[in-house]
Amino acid sequence: MEHIVIIGNGISGVTLARHIRKLSDNKITIISAESDYFFSRTALMYVYMGHMKFEHTQPYENWFWKKNRIDLVNGFVEKVATDSKKLTLKDGSTITYDKLVIATGSKPNKFGWPGQDLKGVQGLYSKQDLELLEKNAPNNEVCNRAVIVGGGLIGIEMAEMLRSRKIPVTFLVREKSFWNGVLPEGESAMINEHILEHHIDLRLDTNLKEILSDETGRARAIVTDKGDTIECNVVGLTAGVTPNIDFLKESGIALGRGVKVNRFLETSAEDVYAIGDCAEQHEGIGSRRPIEAVWYTGRMMGEALAQTLCDNPRKYNPGHWFNSAKFLDIEYQTYGWVFSERSKEDHEYHFHWRHAKEKICITIAYHIDTMKFLGINTFGIRMRHEIFDQWLTANKDIDHVMTYLKDANFDPEFYKLYEAEIVNKYNADFKKNIRLEKKSWKRIFSKA
Amino acid sequence: MKVLQHIGIIIFLVGLSTFAALPLLGTFKVDKNIVQEIVSDNSIKSELFIQDLETKIQGKKFNGVQSLSPIIVSALDNANATHRKNKEYKKIIYTKGRDMAGSIAKKSGVGFIAENKGLMWFLTFGLGIIGALLFIVPQVVLLGPKGIKNDGIYHQSSTNRGWIAWLVFIFLVSFYLILYFRPEYATNWTYLVDPISESLSGNLAGHWFVYGFMYCVVMSVMAVRMYIKYRHNIYQVVRTTSVLFFQIVFAFLIPEIMVRLQMPYYDFKNAFPLDYDFFFQWNLKTLLNSGGIGIFILFWGVVLTLVIVPVMVYFFGKRWYCSWVCGCGGLAETLGDPYRQHSDKSLFAWKVERWLIHGVLLFAVLMTGMTLYSFFSETGTVLGIKTQSVQNVYSLAIGSIFAGVIGTGFYPIFGNRVWCRFGCPLAAYLGFVQRFKSRFRITTNGGQCISCGNCSTYCEQGIDVRAYAQKGENIVRSSCVGCGVCSAVCPRGVLKLENGPEEGRINPTEVLLGNDIDLMDLVNKK
Repeated sequence: MEHIVIIGNGISGVTLARHIRKLSDNKITIISAESDYFFSRTALMYVYMGHMKFEHTQPYENWFWKKNRIDLVNGFVEKVATDSKKLTLKDGSTITYDKLVIATGSKPNKFGWPGQDLKGVQGLYSKQDLELLEKNAPNNEVCNRAVIVGGGLIGIEMAEMLRSRKIPVTFLVREKSFWNGVLPEGESAMINEHILEHHIDLRLDTNLKEILSDETGRARAIVTDKGDTIECNVVGLTAGVTPNIDFLKESGIALGRGVKVNRFLETSAEDVYAIGDCAEQHEGIGSRRPIEAVWYTGRMMGEALAQTLCDNPRKYNPGHWFNSAKFLDIEYQTYGWVFSERSKEDHEYHFHWRHAKEKICITIAYHIDTMKFLGINTFGIRMRHEIFDQWLTANKDIDHVMTYLKDANFDPEFYKLYEAEIVNKYNADFKKNIRLEKKSWKRIFSKA
Repeated sequence: MKVLQHIGIIIFLVGLSTFAALPLLGTFKVDKNIVQEIVSDNSIKSELFIQDLETKIQGKKFNGVQSLSPIIVSALDNANATHRKNKEYKKIIYTKGRDMAGSIAKKSGVGFIAENKGLMWFLTFGLGIIGALLFIVPQVVLLGPKGIKNDGIYHQSSTNRGWIAWLVFIFLVSFYLILYFRPEYATNWTYLVDPISESLSGNLAGHWFVYGFMYCVVMSVMAVRMYIKYRHNIYQVVRTTSVLFFQIVFAFLIPEIMVRLQMPYYDFKNAFPLDYDFFFQWNLKTLLNSGGIGIFILFWGVVLTLVIVPVMVYFFGKRWYCSWVCGCGGLAETLGDPYRQHSDKSLFAWKVERWLIHGVLLFAVLMTGMTLYSFFSETGTVLGIKTQSVQNVYSLAIGSIFAGVIGTGFYPIFGNRVWCRFGCPLAAYLGFVQRFKSRFRITTNGGQCISCGNCSTYCEQGIDVRAYAQKGENIVRSSCVGCGVCSAVCPRGVLKLENGPEEGRINPTEVLLGNDIDLMDLVNKK
């Protein structure tokens, strides 16, 4: 029986622990300084917004850990000695391991802005960040205006959170259109509109120059590179995240931006592994980035590493890319790869459909030479993961996707369906004559 | 808009306070002819009781039911006690004292309330409706763009078990206690709806008519709130319309109209064993004595429970009943919607649920077995146990206290489906079918779950939806009433209620979709 120590109790570490317990009798210890029990980081926003209480973000009841013999240690690892296989915690105690897994996730980026460490300036990543925001911006009397810097997923979530308490929000986005490094033009433009619809002061193509302090050392305003000074009490720094690995600097483990790992998620040190946001592949897998700071990939790495640690060596081998998000009221799902104009290759072409009135649209990427289906972005329409996974595996072409689009719909019953409209536009755009097939349970459940 | 809402709250509270004060107000003057009517209507043979009525209440004026009712109750108790002692069994009065007080009060109301029924209706129901709508309708604008609007639910006293929630709790519980155990205090309420009752059935209103009417009003007003809150979600809109329709037409209008047509009072959608007294002797006798329609109702009631209910559950899940048709479900989905997050999601609560709800089902079935045995063999006891006593225990403990006082009164504290989840024997029966033989499931969308917990938080039936979704498993649970809110609140489009082939409905997974661990296909083979 080995002692497997996991640093970090996020989705990666906890998925790993659960799967190790399913597969073996090893002793498992999870160390975290953030919270006693696993919670869903993606749900923190809902606690601030009053949709849930913090306890609701915990997917397992507190008895779960003891019952499954997963030891939880609340502590901060300061030192990792890989030769003696020993961890030293902040309180001076030590823990020895047979196998060590680093799953410490990320921390918000700070790019050296003047004033970035003032009071009232914060990121939104951890439980502590949430508690801080509750203190910094409990209502619109204490916080008359917040400025959010960085137009990514956390930025728009933070804007939504603050707006739920009627706090005026200015949203600085470096790009010329929201998240257009990832989203194609049409979609990015639609989200711009939706942000304005929520009375968020969206400033595109605008960077933060400095944060000004009042006499007490609290942020009182920010200055943009356009020369505007915006009075505010809270500044949200949401310009992406970086692996949270400062504590490993002296450890001798090979580090890049994250902890360098191979496909087996092994680091340069023996019996030390890294998973989740903090792991950095030597080379990105397929079109993936070397560091994937996404919920789903963290979970997959946990699933894969559990096999390896239980004498069943498995590579981290993610399948077709998928992801999801919600931009205020608009749900977003993606299956396969749809790249933005900024990053797509020459062979990738897009078919785009947008509803005349509603904030609903889809973009389908295809290969211009082969018409092979590459991926889909969908906004305001839910789609079936399994169907797109099958189509991607089977290398279906875009005509096939159009013909059987009804099979892929995952909207609740009675929803208005737009497949006919979409296929009409496709036929018009491509001068084709695709006939939409009826939804078929048989096809939906047949494994391609 | 905010101002409108504040005005609305004030108007609503005026209406509600008037309504709440009514049980203790009003003047009652018991004329000689009222006493005579009561004596003849109830065929009272106890001269002791009649004498008491004549000396203690006849010709007198009473302020409030509270000054009249105790006299009647004690007179009746005394009379019965004396008759029992003297073995004058024919003189014993079997009408309950409080019901007797209720019928005397109903006939003897005088003064402003009894003489201004229309105005009083407006000052209670009217103001309540106007005030509530003034509060609700501005939400169209105030909620902003359509979408899930649960902002602040856990910050507000009313929806986070704060003092407002406790006040609502006290109000609801008191209301049900009056309704079930002190009906005479509802006399003034019955005056408010007398005109409506007369226009429907031709009779004056009793306290159950008040309840039925109020039920419809509350559901209608709160349905407006549902329409606004879920205006982006057509499933919720259609479902709300459906429960509203079945409540107003099937539970309220049709039975009243049937009474006008000299038919038995019957709610065609109320299926046994929720309708636990369907096979009670008095009901069977009424039906058998009502000619063709009575026989039809008897036939319908049996077919509804034995054929229609399970067949529909096979095709659509138990939601077709519990959240599309049922009256209890209808109230839970309208009045109860703001409280859905209070259902307990712990494993412990699930264990309690299974013992309780199946216990009630067993109780209902055994009781009905005894009832039918007694009916056909014409005995009052089965294995030495009095059928009547068992029925009384069930009616009191389950029918009144569990379904009414706890089921609805506890909305603001334990959530809106306490009865449906822990007590309803019909739900237990439907649950068996749903769990073991049905096409219904909530499909989990591959690997898209982010474990945020919105689905579990807002599941009124206390199902830990996330526990399944985050494993990529479909949700197939006997307790799911298919309200569709888990799917609505999911920020990532992970959940879909659907009826599909039984094969693959239950799909345990080791590794979620999107992770191609070699050979895992074999493990995951469904």
